[in-house]
Amino acid sequence: MTTKPERPRVLLVDDYPDAREMYTEYLEFSGFDVVEAANGMEALTRAAESEPDIILMDLSLPVMDGWEATRRLKSDRRTASIPVVALTGHALAGISEGAKKAGCDAFVTKPCLPEDLVKEIRRVLESHARAKKVRRSGKHAKSVN
Amino acid sequence: MRKSLLKTPPSELSSRPAPHAALVALGGRRKARRNGAGAPYTGVPRLRVAVESPEPDATDEDPQITARVRLLEAFVSRTELADCTQFALQWLAETIGLTKSICLVRPGSELVLFVAGTYGMPGSAAASYSVSLEDWANPLVSTFTNRKQIFFPAAHSAADRKRRPSTPFEDAAFHAVPLGVPGSSDEAFGLLLIGESGPLPHAFQWFVSSLTQKLDQVLRQQALTEGDRRQSRERSLLTSIINAVSDPILLTDTDGRLVIANSRALTLFTASEEESEGRRGAVRMNNMLLSSALSSKAIEETGATRRELLLVNPVDGSDLVFELLSAVTEDPRQGSGVVSILRNVTDLRRASEEIEENYRKMRVAEVQSRAERDRLNLIIDSVADPIVVTDAGGATSLMNEPAERLFTIPQRASEIERRWVQANDAHFSSFIAGMLVSADQRRVGEIGLVDPATGESMPVEAIAGKILSDHGELTAVVTILHDRREALEKAKLYEQLKQASDELERKIQAATADIAQQNELLRRQAIELEQASALKSQFLANMSHEFRTPLNAILGYTSMVLQGVGGPIAPPVRRQLGRIESNGRHLLTIINEILDISRIEAGRMPLQISRFKIPDLVSEVKAELEPMIRTKLNVSTQLDKDLPLIASDRQKVKQILLNLFSNALKFTHHGRIIIAARRNVADRTVLLSVSDTGIGIARPDQEKIFEDFRQLDNSSTRPYGGTGLGLSICRRLSQMLNGKLTVESQLGKGSTFTLTLPIKGRR
Repeated sequence: MTTKPERPRVLLVDDYPDAREMYTEYLEFSGFDVVEAANGMEALTRAAESEPDIILMDLSLPVMDGWEATRRLKSDRRTASIPVVALTGHALAGISEGAKKAGCDAFVTKPCLPEDLVKEIRRVLESHARAKKVRRSGKHAKSVN
Repeated sequence: MRKSLLKTPPSELSSRPAPHAALVALGGRRKARRNGAGAPYTGVPRLRVAVESPEPDATDEDPQITARVRLLEAFVSRTELADCTQFALQWLAETIGLTKSICLVRPGSELVLFVAGTYGMPGSAAASYSVSLEDWANPLVSTFTNRKQIFFPAAHSAADRKRRPSTPFEDAAFHAVPLGVPGSSDEAFGLLLIGESGPLPHAFQWFVSSLTQKLDQVLRQQALTEGDRRQSRERSLLTSIINAVSDPILLTDTDGRLVIANSRALTLFTASEEESEGRRGAVRMNNMLLSSALSSKAIEETGATRRELLLVNPVDGSDLVFELLSAVTEDPRQGSGVVSILRNVTDLRRASEEIEENYRKMRVAEVQSRAERDRLNLIIDSVADPIVVTDAGGATSLMNEPAERLFTIPQRASEIERRWVQANDAHFSSFIAGMLVSADQRRVGEIGLVDPATGESMPVEAIAGKILSDHGELTAVVTILHDRREALEKAKLYEQLKQASDELERKIQAATADIAQQNELLRRQAIELEQASALKSQFLANMSHEFRTPLNAILGYTSMVLQGVGGPIAPPVRRQLGRIESNGRHLLTIINEILDISRIEAGRMPLQISRFKIPDLVSEVKAELEPMIRTKLNVSTQLDKDLPLIASDRQKVKQILLNLFSNALKFTHHGRIIIAARRNVADRTVLLSVSDTGIGIARPDQEKIFEDFRQLDNSSTRPYGGTGLGLSICRRLSQMLNGKLTVESQLGKGSTFTLTLPIKGRR
């Protein structure tokens, strides 16, 4: 399968295959390139090798949970700048707090309709791109000065 | 007066060894006094008489006549008794030839005849001769008193001598011739003894009469002089006597003028010109006061009795009170006068006034003491405790009414009462007896008495004190008895109370321990409950997660199929998928609501306060539920123009509004729904309300709808879906936001749910 270079790449981490398959199908349908991972450890490997534009991270995962994986991604220089959207069926308070603490940039509660997830991914990518642009112009300004 | 002045005290006479010498001595003393007083005495001394004689004879005349003239001339020139007598006796011897003679005179009224002169008598015997007039047996005395001349012939035997007086003539014959004023009834004043055995010649008679005359004159003169002297002496004596009297004494004449006054009187009634004006004024006033007191009228009216006279002391101006004793004296020569004696009774008066004052004070004190006693009695009677006053002998002298009840037998007392009172009396008496014999000033003891009224035992505390007189003698014992029954009763009650209190304390301690145990149990239960609750929450969270995961796939795939991700679908399939989706969503709502309730109950529903605009929120809510709005419904908003930003949890407020709006949509089939927001300035709140024209809620059900899992129609065939948790969650959330959720509704007409939120959020 050839992929157009303009298709944003999403790393989808979820241990529930039905969900992973459903989102993958819909994301690809919506114009995204999708890389899958079933646990935190795998997510780290996939992120390092595929350099995704955004990572969708389920938090309750086997082997390594989503919080730990996010912390590691954010502490690795190579993956630190990739936005992470936490995706969880946990609705209790404190979950989203913990996720943000671990370094997640956004938080989505399951059940989440595929189209809603796509809207959220687009929103995060846009704001991330804006922030990157600002950061870059800031750097430029700094070097001029 | 003459008589009294000449009188010599008899003692003086009897102590005189020689009356004649005494007379001489008297004369000498008189001369000495006169010389001593500085008055020159020109009298001829007796010794010169002998030297002077004889006088030169007038020979050319009849010798008899000449001699007589000579005698008379001598008498004229001589005034002294001794002088005259001496010359006369010498003349008698020389002229008449009677050569032995003794002249005796009685000076004044003395009862002795003294020798005035002798002639031709040898020795000193004649000079010291005297005759006592009290010697009635002496013939000379009768001669003298009878004034009868007598002859005593010479004595030849002892018997002769007995019949005649003893004289210096001894046994020789002599004549005794009385000398008295002829023709006068006065008794004789002298006796002339002539030593002559023969009869006396005729010429002698002339001589006697001449001598008598002269001697009478001399003696009278002498008596007068002596009287003056004595008078002045007596006067000075009197003066010093009256001056020595401390009371003023004065003699005033009939016109009230001062005749005689003693020195005390002088200070009151006389003042010289040099004295001060005040003193003279005082004296003038005193004289006036005295004059008026002594006015004859005043004396007549009051008699010679005592009167009071108020004078001024000229020395210091103080008042002096005198008692005036005055008597009228009649003096034939000087007329009548008034003798007054003033007795100073100022002190007496003062003393009497003091006595009166003291008496008055005493009366007042008596009245006061009586009042005091009455008051004391009142006080004693008003004291509830029995008081008994006992005298030093142990007898009861006073008791108050409460004491009487204990110690006196009442009238018509029963035998037992009588015995009780007697027993009380005996107990008290023994207490008092002990007090009386002891040296203690105070004594406190307990006496076991009996209340005669009830026969009840009555322990009393007796406090006795001795009352001593000024001299330290025991006068009384005062005893106060204090009924101890009440105190004992109180002590008993106190003891019971204390026991009860101790009991209570024990119970409280036990209860406290129990409570502590219960608390511990509760604490453990609380912990267990907390753990259970946490487990429940965890379970719910897990449940939620586990529900969501498959639901996620169901809804996701349904959505994808409906979107035609896997290719086009037939209309019936779309309708069927639509059912799957709506039921899936309902299930999700139920799951979310259960989760919310459990989060709120577990206190794990955090608030995120921010400031936001209400109109934006209302628009979002409206937009979110747009697909549910039926076409028949008219939905509008009424928002105040000046709505402020409110500080609250936007997500929760939105959740509440969504719930209210969706309810309105669910229960309103036609009509309108109004979402309104207005500000209440007074309460600083914002009111968000959703009004509908739906089915409404009956009044009794209007609170029930806020309860958990409550839908008014719980039947299995109910026409409306929902967990029944929505309003319960809304109310809890509004309370968390310090707001409130209320409903106004009418069955069949519609409902208005109002959320009231503070502008400033949580306080």
